[in-house]
Formats: sequence, structure tokens, C-alpha cells
Amino acid sequence: MTGLPFNPRTAVEMRDLTVGYGSHAAVHHLSCCFSAGSLSALVGVNGSGKSTLIKTIAGLLRPMSGRCHIAPGTSLAYLPQQSELDRSFPARVRDLVSLGLWSQRGLLGRHRAQDRDRVAAAISAVGLDGFDTRPIDSLSGGQLQRALFARVLVQDAQLILLDEPFNAVDERTIGDLVALIHRWQGQGRTVIVVAHDLDLVRAQFPQTLLLARRPIAWGATLDVLTSDNLQRARNLHEAWDDHAPWCAPDEVA
Amino acid sequence: MHDFLIAPFAEFDFMRRALLGALMLSLTACPVGVFLMLRRMSLTGEAMSHAILPGAAAGFLIYGLKILPMTIGGLIAGAIVAVGAGAVARLTVQKEDASMAAFYLISLAVGVVLVSLRGSSVDLMHVLFGTVLALNDDALWLIMIVLAVTVLVLVILWRALVAECLDPLFLRSVSKLGGITHQAFLGLVVLNLVAGFQALGTLLSVGLMILPAAGARFWTTSVLPMVGLAVVIGAMSSVGGLLLSYHASLPSGPAIILSSGAIYAASVLLGPRGALMPLLTRRTHRTG
Repeated sequence: MTGLPFNPRTAVEMRDLTVGYGSHAAVHHLSCCFSAGSLSALVGVNGSGKSTLIKTIAGLLRPMSGRCHIAPGTSLAYLPQQSELDRSFPARVRDLVSLGLWSQRGLLGRHRAQDRDRVAAAISAVGLDGFDTRPIDSLSGGQLQRALFARVLVQDAQLILLDEPFNAVDERTIGDLVALIHRWQGQGRTVIVVAHDLDLVRAQFPQTLLLARRPIAWGATLDVLTSDNLQRARNLHEAWDDHAPWCAPDEVA
Repeated sequence: MHDFLIAPFAEFDFMRRALLGALMLSLTACPVGVFLMLRRMSLTGEAMSHAILPGAAAGFLIYGLKILPMTIGGLIAGAIVAVGAGAVARLTVQKEDASMAAFYLISLAVGVVLVSLRGSSVDLMHVLFGTVLALNDDALWLIMIVLAVTVLVLVILWRALVAECLDPLFLRSVSKLGGITHQAFLGLVVLNLVAGFQALGTLLSVGLMILPAAGARFWTTSVLPMVGLAVVIGAMSSVGGLLLSYHASLPSGPAIILSSGAIYAASVLLGPRGALMPLLTRRTHRTG
């Protein structure tokens, strides 16, 4: 993969960001910064706004208020949760991974010999040698996740967003995927990962943002994942309250 | 053999025209049908085919059985329903299947009412079931233009169409083309249905789109071969259907659709990914 010139600067900055559905905020007044080349985990219970936040960073959701700013010119790779992919579609592993070439070749650019080599190299790098022509509907959950990581590899992006990449994946695969994530960080890329396994986060992710529809804590992982903070995150009510008072602008911290 | 297969086309001009029209329709509608099926929108295609009826009927009401006004009317009605149903799905809680059903049911009723205002039941039959044996030059030109537009749009949007079917969220994360691709594709569906309705009628034009594509699905696991195979099945159905119609004195449109139905049924049973093959193949397996 190509080397990435990186200044020690901010990759993603959220200022007083509120994102939601209808009049309900799924992420409420969040201010936080991810510096370039950092590796961060997004942690929180189900419904705490993790996927919403990562979709907002990916530019797929529009903020209700505040802003989410990404350093200009930053290329971006986003790996959604598996459930959004149509596994019955007639495609081979190679076709799925080749989608990542969109970042360089776009709609009409021809896929050249070196592009095919990069796809083959990515498939090999995630440990799927010999799977090039396998139909995607015949892959196990872990194999599919490896193929999707190969696609991220091919995208060669500076900012990498992974939404629950370790779900339903065995330990060996998690180990391999985490090694890839560290390799990406070593290359100067910014990586943000939604994760549930707190032990894994403590061991592998230097920074953590703990969410419960509003930010509970942000910073060094061991300072964030304290039992106090986790208790506060659990106590916040998940459900939307249709009679909740409107959030007044002057309440904003 | 010659008498059976070649003579009908050699002797009669209307049979040659019908063959040309049906083959061109196979070439344009079948690839669109493959993507319609892969996007799980086969029934949307069915709904859209009913949706063009009131437009065609309005053209008929004002200008009589003339192809241009009926085509333009059909295109406008199809576009209104596609955009309207899509807008209801995007702006409200209702999903597209329900809003599409609502729109097309209203369209179908309006269309039948419009035709009956002026026409006889023969006219209604023509609009609903087409007359492939009476394709005039205008109709053939229309099909040819639609064929050219369809091939052009498919070649340009191929990569986006595949990405949108396989992983729509991925496409949205790398490109703003997702929405345009969807709209352009719906446009192609309407265009092909309008091209087909003169030959096969509004009720059956969707058949040549869906049945060959659905049959091809049982034979291959890649998109491009699937498109090629769907076109071949469409062409075989066209030839078979026209011969069946000629020799057995059956209405030509339904005969073409029945032929592709027969190929579909054979594919369901005999295709490598069909129902019988797993039972017939040896029950041995490799060690690794």
C-alpha cells in the first residue's frame, strides 16, 4: 500500500454535534477530536448512538446541529455492519474486494493489471488465499469479514471507520483483524472502531469514546473504561421519550 | 423441419417484423430484468408495467391507436408513479413495496376507465396484451431506440448498479451516485416496459423482463454471464413463442411469455443451482 504523508493534526473533529432521527437525538451534543494517525474505540450499549455517530463521520447522515468536520482531502473507508450486505448477490470474493477500487478508479476507470494485483494481494493479506473465485454466499461469517477487510485494504484510505467488525467472528480471526488494524495505524492512518468487547478494547485500543446517546467519557482507554463511567453509561435511559422537554440552545455545554 | 422453423419467417413479412421486434426486446429488456431481480424488485417491475397503463390510455383517448402519444403518455405515467412511490418511501414511514402497490393499483384502475371511455373491448385487449404480429415501423424504431439507450446506460452505470445491489451502503460511502443510479435504473425499467407494451401489452411486457432473468439465475453465479444467458433465453422464447403462435394459432404475446415460462420451469428443475440437481448428483464429498 502507498505511504501516506501525514501531519500531526486533527483527522476528525466534532463540535457540539447532535445527530438523530425525526426530532429525537441519537447522539447528543458531542464535542470530541480524533487526531490523525490515532486508533480509537467507540464503546456503548446497544442504542447508544455508536453506529449513528460513525455513519455521520462517514458522511451518510446529516447532523441536526453542530458539525462534524473531516480534514480536507481525507480519503475514507467505511465498513458497515454485515447485515447491510446482500450475501445472495451472485458475486465472488474477488468481485467484492474489487469494489474497493472505486476509491481510485471510480465509475468508469478501467481496472488495470496492477489493480488486479492489489486485489489479489489484499485477499492474500487477510488470509483468504485460494478464495478468489468463491461465491460470497458460501463464506462463513469470519471469512466474509476477512474479505470485507481486504476491501478496506484495497481502498487505501487515510481514515478508516469500522462498525462492529468483530461481531460473530472467532478469536483467531479477531486476532488477525486486530493485527491489520494496528498495521493501518502504523502506516499513519486514523482508525475508529465500534466494539463491544471491553477486554479487547482495553488491550488493543489506546483511546476510547464511551457513548450513551451523549458522551460519557473520552480519552485514554484505561481512564475512560472505569467502573464508574461504565455504570453511568448503563444507567442512561435507552428509550426515546416522546414527552422529553425540547433541548434549549443555551443548555449546551 | 424447414417448413416448421424457417418458412413462417421466410414467407410472411409480419412474422419477420415480429421476430425482429421480439429479438430486440430480448436484447434490451432481459439485462434490465436481471438487475431488477437482483435488486429484489421483480414485483416492482410488475407494478410499474401496470403503472404505465393510464398514460398510454390517455394517449389513446386523445389520439387513437397511435404509437407516439401512447408511448409518451406511458413514459410520463411511469415516471410519475416511480418518482411518487419513491418519494413516499423516502419521506414517510411507508416502504417502497406498499407505496408502489398503492400507486399502481390506482394507475391500473384509471387506465382501464380511460380506455373504456372511448374504446371497445378490442382496444382494451390491445393495450393490455399487445399485438406482436402487427408491429409497424414506428414500433420497431421505438424498440431500437430504447435498445440503444439501455445498452448505453447499462455500460456506463454497470459498476454502480452492481455496487448498489451488492452493498448499497458501501456505494453511498464512496460516491454520491447511488440515488442517481437508482433513478436511472427505474427510468430504464419504464422505458423498456413502454417499448414492450406495443408488442406484448402492459400486462405481459414485464414477462420478457423477469422470466428469462429468473431462469438464468439457476445456471450461473456471476452477473455478466447471467445477463448473457438471460438474453439467450429471451431470444429462444421469442423464436419459440412466435412459432408456437403461428402453428397453433395462439395469441403471440402470451405464446412468447409461455415459452420463456417453460424455459424458466426447466431451469428451476434442471439448472445446476436448481431443485433437482442436488438430488441427482453423487452424494460423495471431498476430504478437504
